[in-house]
Amino acid sequence: MSTLVRDRATAQPTPVPVREPRRRPSRRTILLGAAVVVWILGFLVLHGTATLALPASELTDLHRSLNQFNTWVAANRADNPVFLYIFTPLRAAVDAVANLFITIFAATPTGLRLPEIGWLGTVGLLGWIAFAIGNARVALLTAAVFTFFGLQGLFVEATYTFALVLTAVLLTLLVGIPLGVLAGVYGRAAKLITPVLDFMQTLPTFVYLAPLALVFLIGPASAVIATVIYAAPPVIRLTAHGIRCIPENTREASDSLGTTGLQRLVTLQLPMARRTIVMGINQSTMAALSMVTIAALIAAPGLGQVVVRALQSLDVGTAVNAGLAIVLLAIVLDRVTTAASRRAEPGAARNRRVSRRTRYILLGVTLVLALAMVQFSRTMLWAAVFPQDLNIGTAIVQAVGSASQWMQTNLSLFTVSFREAVTTGILNPFQSLLTDTPFYILVAVIAVAAYALGGWKLAALTTACLGVIIYLGLWSDSMVTLAGTLVATAVVMVLGVVFGVAMGRSERMDQILRPLLDAGQTMPAFVYLVPFLGLFGATRFTAIVAGIIYAAPVAIKITADGIAAISPTVVEAAVASGSTPWQVITKVQLPMARPSLALAANQGLIYVLAMVVVGALVGAGGLGYDVVAGFVQSSLFGKGLAAGIAIVFLGILLDRMTQAAAATPVRKIPSSNSPST
Amino acid sequence: MKKAGLLLKRTVPAVAGAAAAALLLAGCGGASVNQVAAATGAAEAPCGSVNVAMNAWVGYTANAAVYSYVAENKLGCTVVQKDLNEQIAWQGFASGEVDVVIENWGHEDLVKQYITEQKVAVDAGPTGNEGHIGWYVPTWMAEKYPDITDSKNLNKYASMFATSESGGKGQLLDGDPAFVTNDEALVKNLDLDYKVVFSGSEAALIQSFRTAEQNKTPLLGYFYEPQWFLSEVPLKKVNLPAWTEGCDADPEKVACDYPAYTLNKIISKKFEDGGSPAAKLAKAFTWTNEDQNAVATDIQGGMAPEAAAKKWVDANQQVVDSWLD
Repeated sequence: MSTLVRDRATAQPTPVPVREPRRRPSRRTILLGAAVVVWILGFLVLHGTATLALPASELTDLHRSLNQFNTWVAANRADNPVFLYIFTPLRAAVDAVANLFITIFAATPTGLRLPEIGWLGTVGLLGWIAFAIGNARVALLTAAVFTFFGLQGLFVEATYTFALVLTAVLLTLLVGIPLGVLAGVYGRAAKLITPVLDFMQTLPTFVYLAPLALVFLIGPASAVIATVIYAAPPVIRLTAHGIRCIPENTREASDSLGTTGLQRLVTLQLPMARRTIVMGINQSTMAALSMVTIAALIAAPGLGQVVVRALQSLDVGTAVNAGLAIVLLAIVLDRVTTAASRRAEPGAARNRRVSRRTRYILLGVTLVLALAMVQFSRTMLWAAVFPQDLNIGTAIVQAVGSASQWMQTNLSLFTVSFREAVTTGILNPFQSLLTDTPFYILVAVIAVAAYALGGWKLAALTTACLGVIIYLGLWSDSMVTLAGTLVATAVVMVLGVVFGVAMGRSERMDQILRPLLDAGQTMPAFVYLVPFLGLFGATRFTAIVAGIIYAAPVAIKITADGIAAISPTVVEAAVASGSTPWQVITKVQLPMARPSLALAANQGLIYVLAMVVVGALVGAGGLGYDVVAGFVQSSLFGKGLAAGIAIVFLGILLDRMTQAAAATPVRKIPSSNSPST
Repeated sequence: MKKAGLLLKRTVPAVAGAAAAALLLAGCGGASVNQVAAATGAAEAPCGSVNVAMNAWVGYTANAAVYSYVAENKLGCTVVQKDLNEQIAWQGFASGEVDVVIENWGHEDLVKQYITEQKVAVDAGPTGNEGHIGWYVPTWMAEKYPDITDSKNLNKYASMFATSESGGKGQLLDGDPAFVTNDEALVKNLDLDYKVVFSGSEAALIQSFRTAEQNKTPLLGYFYEPQWFLSEVPLKKVNLPAWTEGCDADPEKVACDYPAYTLNKIISKKFEDGGSPAAKLAKAFTWTNEDQNAVATDIQGGMAPEAAAKKWVDANQQVVDSWLD
């Protein structure tokens, strides 16, 4: 994700065209104003006509023909060469790797279904690996966290998840690093790969989960393949980035020695890009963990299944217990890969406190210890299965469960009336403004706004995107989704500015808030849906809250970095000339951080949109619901697929429009938030 | 840089060595505890492991709990339960991920696809339960507005059911989008001024009906029998136009009530052919709505599914014995 942020940050052109004197409104403002007037008039006069609404159970011919895919796969699985020679062997190979790790760490299919290495051995071995590739601190962390899984009563589930993440990351690297090298070395390959990566990252995960499950059948194989699709972009991007960033003169120096292309790659480019590549591995690992959780919906075993079950029985305690395990696993994976990337840093070896020889001795001794633990865990039952009586999981489940019960009974009056106020006061009017205006007026309004922001090219692009959405037969649902997305993004931006300014201005605030934001970003969305479902019920409001929680950390971080990056002399000058703190914020810091704010709005939108489908699990309508329904009802399969594609085009439209709004300067900051409000 | 590379070069053989040593140790240590225990277990019955799909309603959990309990404790099988949606669970018959679906509601399209065409699954006979799906209102509403139980009169009351989610129309509360439902089509084809809103799960549906009965607030919702909750809070069924053979053939044009479902069990073809005693048990498994509700109520009351199953099995030894003959 952070690559996206950085690429976009550098890609922002800042042309400052010669502009008319300030007193008269610019042509752009007039155009935008006219667009809003046309929209409101169109809504009032032509209210409810040509809304292109399609009832949830109805299909268009396009959806029906997409449904055929379902029957086609069923009919061709046995004898079509594509299945015979590509899909079936691929599935078998992936399954074999996944099952290898599952039998080592989680469970064997025979006997007592104990893994090859019991809990004690897993703790020892993983701790030792963390020590070998990282340092003693992460080794202790790893051992402690895996022991804690046992205490939570979730050791088997956690190791299932771990085994799947391991499989997915290995395959991701197998595919991702060569592709990244290719994209880094050849500019043309990069041009070809980048749009595909963009598409992969905007496509909601649910959309390819259903077709993948059809083709590869449910189980670990499809789960791993879906995870690889989701987790590969970061490592590809960062590998390419690392290779491309090698200074030109270094390359020339190597060339002048007469190295061939392959030699250059192996002796210069890969070693110099090592740190960036390991960072890519880190990002891919985190992505893999969050996807493996969602893949529980297609029978991927592990912690995700516990969360899904809790979601269905509204069991907040169980969800929190499993969620805690997921967050802890995320922390371990993050810290260990980060430590490994530090170790890969140039000169890291020289700065170490212990000599290399001491380290090797230590490694050897601890390895013997770890192997002893493995041996114990294979022969003794107490070391193979985590002792049941050390279980504190039930206590956690019950404590959280009763706390949430208390909140639901005592706060429900407040939460429900707050929800109703927001829904009827803001969400419903805004949604009907979008869904009840005739489609041709909205298309014209958006095209004019796009022209005002980015010229003919952008206007043509947005019209094309909307055209695709109309062709897909999902105009009305897209407008429902757009309404929720824009409302959520507005809140995200408010949070981004408030907390971003606070963090940017105060070092201490930054130190307090940043770990919280990190936790918010690593926790899979699935987990915090359950408590909100308890508090607010399954409504669009709950889905919006979920989107805000997912997107706010990014917006806050970008804003904070923008504010903190402003040169202190400017701020000091303003303070010296007698400005109040409020004036400093509104007159100096916010205007100067405008590019960051625009970037925050852009990223906020994309992140909120990424949550649309997950939000549909807790009551969001629109495209997200279509995707979820297509996933679980085979008669709606085609419609779900179409809705997934519609989300991608909505994402492209919003992304390009916010980027254009950010590129051309405006006087007031808030007006750059969302072009259509 | 070079040192880091060197380190890597030394770590790789070290890890390889470790793996080899582990294998060696394992060899020296003899059979692992897993296999030793397995050997003693296997002596009793050649069962192996059974994959049971777990659909997301408590009635299903009750069936699955009793089946799993009997398979584990009387036949010595290893039962693996997998939480899956109905459609996804059927896909599991093809991949070998699922052996048993212990309560199936109709699903003619899936029966055609997986039993008739792909031949990866077989019908293992009825569970003994008869299922009904329909629209329900809390009892207090049926008493206060006696004509509300006829779907023709629903439009009269639509404004009463309006919520902030239903866009000015009356709200018809559905469950999980994965459940068998024609409600969207019914609302449209019966010209009802209602909007289907999904609560997302059985638990949310139950909670809504409970609150509606307690606070005497209006609620129209999708519900089904057999259901343990109906013994706690009785609901009144709304009569839709009666079901006739074939009236629900086209899912987009349905304008009639749901049929009565003879709930049955589906097992995978491979599982049946393998001759596992657990497959025989799946075929023999039948019980009554009261039996299911008893177990479901216990589970809902906080009892672990295994414990609830044990309680029922201990009290109904004869029924269980008849399955095992």
